Amino acid sequence: MSARETMFTRIRARLPAGTAAQRAAAVDERLARHARNLVPARGAGDEAHRIGVFTAMMEAVGGTVETLDDVNDVPHAVAAYLRRGNLPAHVRRGVDPLLARLPWHRGGAIEVAEGRAEESDRASVTRAFAGVAESGTIIQISGPENPTTLNFLPEAHIVLLEASQLFGSYEEVWTKLRAAMGEGNMPRTVNMISGPSRTADIEQTIVRPAHGPKNMHVIIVRGS
Amino acid sequence: MDMSGAAFPDNVSRALADGKLQYAMTETGPRFIQKRAKAREALPEFDQLRDQARDIKDHVLANLDVYLERYEARVRASGGQVHWAETPDQARAAILGICRKVKARLVTKGKSMISEEIDLNQHLAENGVTPVETDLGEYIIQLRNERPSHIIAPAVHLTRDQVEADFRKAHTHLDPNRDLTEIPSLVEEARAVLRQKYLAADVGVTGANFLIAETGTSIIVTNEGNGDLTQNLPRVHIVLASIEKIVPTLEDASTILRVLARSATGQDFSNYTTLSTGPRRAGDLDGPDEYHVVILDNGRVNVLGTEFQDMLRCIRCGACLNHCPVYNAIGGHAYGWVYPGPIGAVVTPALIGIENAPHLPNASTFCGRCEEVCPMRIPIPRMLRHWREKEFERHLQPAAMRWGLGLWAWVARRPALYRRATALAARILANQGHGAGRLASVPFASGWTQNRDLPAPQGKTFHQLWKERRR
Repeated sequence: MSARETMFTRIRARLPAGTAAQRAAAVDERLARHARNLVPARGAGDEAHRIGVFTAMMEAVGGTVETLDDVNDVPHAVAAYLRRGNLPAHVRRGVDPLLARLPWHRGGAIEVAEGRAEESDRASVTRAFAGVAESGTIIQISGPENPTTLNFLPEAHIVLLEASQLFGSYEEVWTKLRAAMGEGNMPRTVNMISGPSRTADIEQTIVRPAHGPKNMHVIIVRGS
Repeated sequence: MDMSGAAFPDNVSRALADGKLQYAMTETGPRFIQKRAKAREALPEFDQLRDQARDIKDHVLANLDVYLERYEARVRASGGQVHWAETPDQARAAILGICRKVKARLVTKGKSMISEEIDLNQHLAENGVTPVETDLGEYIIQLRNERPSHIIAPAVHLTRDQVEADFRKAHTHLDPNRDLTEIPSLVEEARAVLRQKYLAADVGVTGANFLIAETGTSIIVTNEGNGDLTQNLPRVHIVLASIEKIVPTLEDASTILRVLARSATGQDFSNYTTLSTGPRRAGDLDGPDEYHVVILDNGRVNVLGTEFQDMLRCIRCGACLNHCPVYNAIGGHAYGWVYPGPIGAVVTPALIGIENAPHLPNASTFCGRCEEVCPMRIPIPRMLRHWREKEFERHLQPAAMRWGLGLWAWVARRPALYRRATALAARILANQGHGAGRLASVPFASGWTQNRDLPAPQGKTFHQLWKERRR
C-alpha cells in the first residue's frame, strides 16, 4: 500500500463508519456555498470611511498613504515620492494596462522599465487588485501585469489603489476574485500586504525592513 | 540541552541558572501579553471569531478524509503535485527526491515547525544539499545549531550581544571592525547576506499555516517577507504541511487569520499573508516552475477521535507560551523537543510517545491561562490531566510518587480517617510554625522548602471551618 492509501485508510477507521457518502455530500455543499462567517464591522461604511480606516491602519504599521482625485496625477506623485526618499528616478512596473496608459512624461525625468523585479531595482509601481480597509491591506495578484517579485525585491514599493476597489473586508475581495477567476480557481499567487517588511526576532525590537521593502507607499485614486 | 524529551528536570535546573536566558525571558516575555491584550480590545468581535474558528477546525477534523481528497484534487488541477508522508522518513525522502531531480545544491527555507519535526536540515546537509533558513530568528539559531525556543519567535531566548557574536563568527567575509552594536545593523547584515541566498537558491521550502480545500491553495504568514522571496525566486517551491492544516474555504481561512496574528504578535494582520496555488502560469514572468506539497502525518491520525483530538485545532500562534508562567521561567529548550510551552506539553507526548516525554504533562501549574488565551479554544489543562492519567496507568512515574499517590487515595477514600489525619497534621504544623507563621523545613517536602518557606496552617482544617460557619 502507498503512504497515501495507508493514511486515508487510517483516517477513515477513526471517523464514524458508513457515513462517507453523507459526509462527502455535506463537504461539497459547504465548499460550493463558501458562506461568510462573522465579518467584523470595522471596515464597513462609505468610501470616505474605508479610506479613513485603511489609511490609519497602513500608517500604524509604517506605510504611507496619499489620496488623489485624478489617476493622471500618479506619475507626478511617484516622482515626488522618489525625490522625497532620495531614490533614483527609476521605477519598474508590469504590463498592467492602467499603469501602461499613465502619462509617465508628467513625472519629469522619471525612467519607467517594464518586467519583473531585478536585483538592482530600487523602486517598483504596481496596481492593486483590491484593498481591505479592515486591516489596511493591499491585495496583489500574480501575472505579467503585476509580477509578484515587484512586491518584494525593491526597497520602495509604490501601489496604485483605485478607491472603487477598496473594500471593507477580505470576504468582499474573495467575491471579486471568484467573479474574475471562476469558482474554485485562484491566481498563482495572491499577496495580502499590510505595510513594509519588518522583524522583531532580536529582543522583540521592531526593525524595518527585514527582507522585503523598506517603504510601502499607497496612492489611492478616487473617482476611478 | 538533552533533546530526548526525558531530561526535563535537568533541563529546568540548567535553564533557571542561565543568566542570559533569564534576562531574555524577563525582558521580552511580558511584551507579548500586552500586545495581544491591546489587539483583542480593539476588535469587539474577537471572542466570537474564536468560537467560529474552533467550529471550523472541528468540522474539518470530523470530515478530514473528504477535505484532504478535495484539497489534493484542486492542487492537481492547478498543476501542483501532492506527496503523502506517514513518517518523517517518508517526508524527508520526498523532499530530497525533488531536490535531486532538479540537481539542487542550495535550498532556502521559510519558517516551518514541521521541518524541525522531521529534522529536514540535517538530512539535506548529509546528502549534499545546503539548507539556509531565511526567517531572521531561524537563521540565527541555524548558525548556533539550536532548535527554536518559541513557535513564532525562535530566537527569543537570545540577547543582542549573543547574536552579534554569532554573526561575527559566521560572516567572516565582512569587515571585522564593523559596528554591530545596534539591533538594526544586525538585521541589515542578515538582509544583505540572505538576499544573495534567495537569488542563488534552486529550491525554496516553506511551511503552510493553512491549506484551502476549495482552491488547492497553501498559505504562509510572515512579517519579514522572507517566505515570499523563498518561494518566488527559485525554480521549485516545496510546501511542507501536516494533515490538520486544512480549512474549507477562503472565508474560513479569513476567520482564522483574524485571530492568528492578534493572538501571536498582537498585530491586526501580519505584514505578508500569501496564498499560493500551483506553479508559474502561462505569461508569468516570475514564480516557480514546479509546486509540490508534502503532507505529513507523523502520529496525528492516532489522535483523531480520542480525548486528545482538540490539539489538532492548534494554529501555532504561541499565545499559550507567552502566557505560561512555566514557559516564561524556563524558556523553550527545556521542553526537550520541537514544540515548547503548554501546547508542546500536549503535542509532544502524542507525536513521540508519552514514554519519551514523561515529565511534560507535569510542566504546568494548571493556572489555566493557556486555555483562556487560545484562539482555537483548546482545553490544554484538561489534556495535560489526560496525559497524567496515562502516565499513571502505564506506571511511568517514579515509585515514590506512585506510592504517595496510592497512599493519599487510600486515605482520601476514608472520610473519617482523612479528617482525623489532616486535623492532626494541621495542629502539629501550626505549632511548629508558631510565631513566624512559616515553616522553613517540613519532612518529605524538602523539594519545596529548599527554595522557599511553606506557609504554616492556622490550626484548623477546611472541614472544621466549614462546620463552624454553618452553625
